[in-house]
Formats: sequence, structure tokens, C-alpha cells
Amino acid sequence: MIAIVDYGLGNLYSIKNMLKHLNIDSVITADAKEIQKADRLILPGVGKFDEGMKNLEESNLGEVIKEQANYGKPILGICLGMQLLGKGSEEGHKNGLGLIGFKSVRFNFDNNLHLKVPHMGWERVNVRNCPLTLGLGELERYYFVHSFHAQCENDESIIVTCQYGYEFAAGVRNGNVYGVQFHPEKSHKYGMKILKNFSEII
Amino acid sequence: MYRRPRIIPCLTMQHYDLVKTVGFKKPRYIGDPINSIKIFNNKDIDEMCILDITAIKEKREPDLEYLYELAGEAFMPLGYGGGIRSLEQAKEIFRIGFEKVILNSLIFDNLKEVSRIAEFAGSQSVVASIDYKRDIFGHLSVYTHDGADRTSIKLKESVRMAVEAGVGEILLTSMDYEGRMNGYDLDAIKLIGNMQIPVIVNGGAGSISDIKRALNAGADAVAVSSFFVYYGANKAILINTPSEQEYYAEGIFED
Repeated sequence: MIAIVDYGLGNLYSIKNMLKHLNIDSVITADAKEIQKADRLILPGVGKFDEGMKNLEESNLGEVIKEQANYGKPILGICLGMQLLGKGSEEGHKNGLGLIGFKSVRFNFDNNLHLKVPHMGWERVNVRNCPLTLGLGELERYYFVHSFHAQCENDESIIVTCQYGYEFAAGVRNGNVYGVQFHPEKSHKYGMKILKNFSEII
Repeated sequence: MYRRPRIIPCLTMQHYDLVKTVGFKKPRYIGDPINSIKIFNNKDIDEMCILDITAIKEKREPDLEYLYELAGEAFMPLGYGGGIRSLEQAKEIFRIGFEKVILNSLIFDNLKEVSRIAEFAGSQSVVASIDYKRDIFGHLSVYTHDGADRTSIKLKESVRMAVEAGVGEILLTSMDYEGRMNGYDLDAIKLIGNMQIPVIVNGGAGSISDIKRALNAGADAVAVSSFFVYYGANKAILINTPSEQEYYAEGIFED
């Protein structure tokens, strides 16, 4: 059973819909007990960093997530959910959950590249082999929509990269804690592979 | 370099019916929205916009239960517009599976509420839908309430207003070109395309080369409706989209 953590932000039901399509059981919940009972967690999120952290703090779900991560449960953060797993973000002032060694920074390009922020659309990615990216080929593409991206303290944390103006970390990992900047739940068959892999991580 | 501009089917509904208009008039019944979304989903479409075009005029709120059903059929990014008047409604729409809310009349009626929504969700999740018409002097005037109300605001100014309020994307619809399948309003694209946020142009696609011309003129993405729901010269109703190979052959997608 996957617990999709409901902290008031994010498109919870699109994740649940895709899991249902894959015959993977999941529950949308804000209940600490239910989260502790689940065998893995997804931290979704669309929205602002401080708003997300504030909700995690006020509901105490942040502490529950940290405790579950330290306990070794697989966790997948998606989009803002990924950014919250890091140490902080240029978008806000609050500290993140600090489960993976990165900070989120705003895209910063040369003006002459004429690239727009938010970065929005489908992109091909490069992956480093790990349980989450198992069996992904070169033709996979994913839907991105974001203005900030992870900047890792250590390249070892990077499991997916994507090119937009420059190469940035689109997927990060620390042990069983994973985060992806793109939206697997909105990347049809390509995203399904990621969620399927996540559901099989031991 | 990998290049894949977003080509977005834009479905217009009148509550539970999918319809297609010409110049915002003469709605023709196309079919069932849920069924249509299923078909688009099976075609691996990149993104979709769903607009309830009469919600605002009929003073209907977004029908969340119905929208939840629609979202359940789509494993792709979805935007919804129609009758959204408050942050509370927008929150519900995000929750049930839409990535973006599309706002039109609210921008001109209550810009503060638009900012609240952008503040809550981040600008990338808020689209300003701007409908405009060219008057006899060639000025581009903005209309609201499904094209019923003419504002005194010029197109460029309205885009600036929306950007300042925190909107992250513009859905730019030419009321003159909409449904005519004769190509997009390239002049307007040149005028608006260099804004700092992405612009989706809407209205006029009748062929794959129309899409290419719009992108070349500076559109970041294109919205398409008639071209994807009508088939052949007699406009038989059939959901059809170009194949990946056709987009590559046309130079729209690149590897």
C-alpha cells in the first residue's frame, strides 16, 4: 500500500489514478498512523516551497516523513514534493526536510539563450541506473513544469538529468528516498514505468 | 537538440457536451467529453486544455464531480477553465487532478483573486486565457465572458496585467480566427510571442503547416481544436491527430 501524503497541496488524484491503472493500491491520507502503516510514501506537490513546508510543519507530517525515511521506507517526492526533500529553496525562506543533499535554485541562464521560465513541456532525460530508473531507455520523455531545480551538493545524489539551457538534476536520490522534478503521473506510459519501479523497490 | 513544442488539443464544452464553435458562435455538438478525452489519451497527446465556454455566462461553478471524472481519463497534463471565481475553487481543481487553472473573466473582474491563486499554486499553474478581436482600425481589443463583453483594454496591456498578477502562461485566442481552420493570427503572435512567459496560441489551425507557421512566428505552444476533431472537407466528426513521424517530417519535432 502506497500512502500519497495529503498536506493540502498538489494533484493527489492524478497520482492515485495512475496507480489504480497500474493495479497498485494506494491511499490519499494526512493521517500519521496510515502513513506509518503504508509500505512506501509518495510526496506530491504543486505550489510554493514555503507554503508546502508550512503545511508539513503545522500538520507535523514533516516529522512523520522524516521518521519514515530514517526507518528506511521508500519515499518518492514529485515536483514540489521533491524540492521539499532537499535542504531549502531560493523560492522561500524555510528549511526543507533535509533528506537529500540539495537546494532548489531558480533557472539562471544567459539572456541570449531566450529561454523562458517556468520551464514547461516534455523532455528527454539521461538516467543513471538505480531501482527507480530500472529499464528506462533513451526514448522516454517526461512532462516538466517548474521554475526551480535541484542543485546537488554531491553528484552521487543525481539519478536523472535533463537539458534546459544547461544540464540540471531532474531526479535525485539518497538511499531509499527519491525525488523527481518531472511529473510521472502526467507522463503517460513513460511515467507509468517510474511509478511501477517505485512500487517494486524493496 | 531535442525539441518538442507543446501541441495542445483544446476541448470546448458546454457543461456536459463537447462543442465546436466558429468565431465563438454557432456551437456544434461534437460528442461526449469523457469519451473524447479517453481517445486523446490513447493517442499519447502531450497536454490538454478543457474549457467550459458557457459556465461564466450561465453563472455555473466548476462541476467538480464531473471534472474529477474527466481528469481520471487522462495521464497527461490538464488545464481547466470555465467559471473559476475563487482560490477555493482553484484549490479543488488542482486537487482532483488538473495541473493548471485557466482564467479569463476573473482577470478583468478580480485581478487580486488571480494573484491569490498564483501565490498559492505558483505561476506555472495559472494560465490567463485572453480572447481578442481586431477592430476596423486594426486595434486588438480584449473581450471577456465568452466573447460577450468588450473591454477597453488593449491586447498587450492585458497580457502585461496578467503577468504582473503572477500568471505563468497565456492562452491567446483570436475570436476572428477561431474555428475557421485558415491558420493562426501570425501578426498577434509576433506582437505577444516575445513576452517573458510562454504563450499558447489558439484559433485557426487547419493543417500541420499552420502549426509550424505559428511556432516559427514565435508561439511557444499551440492549441488545436477543429483540426483534431473534424476529418475531411465535409467536416465529419472524428478525433484525429498527426502522427509523431508527421511532426518530425514537418520539422516541428526535432531530435
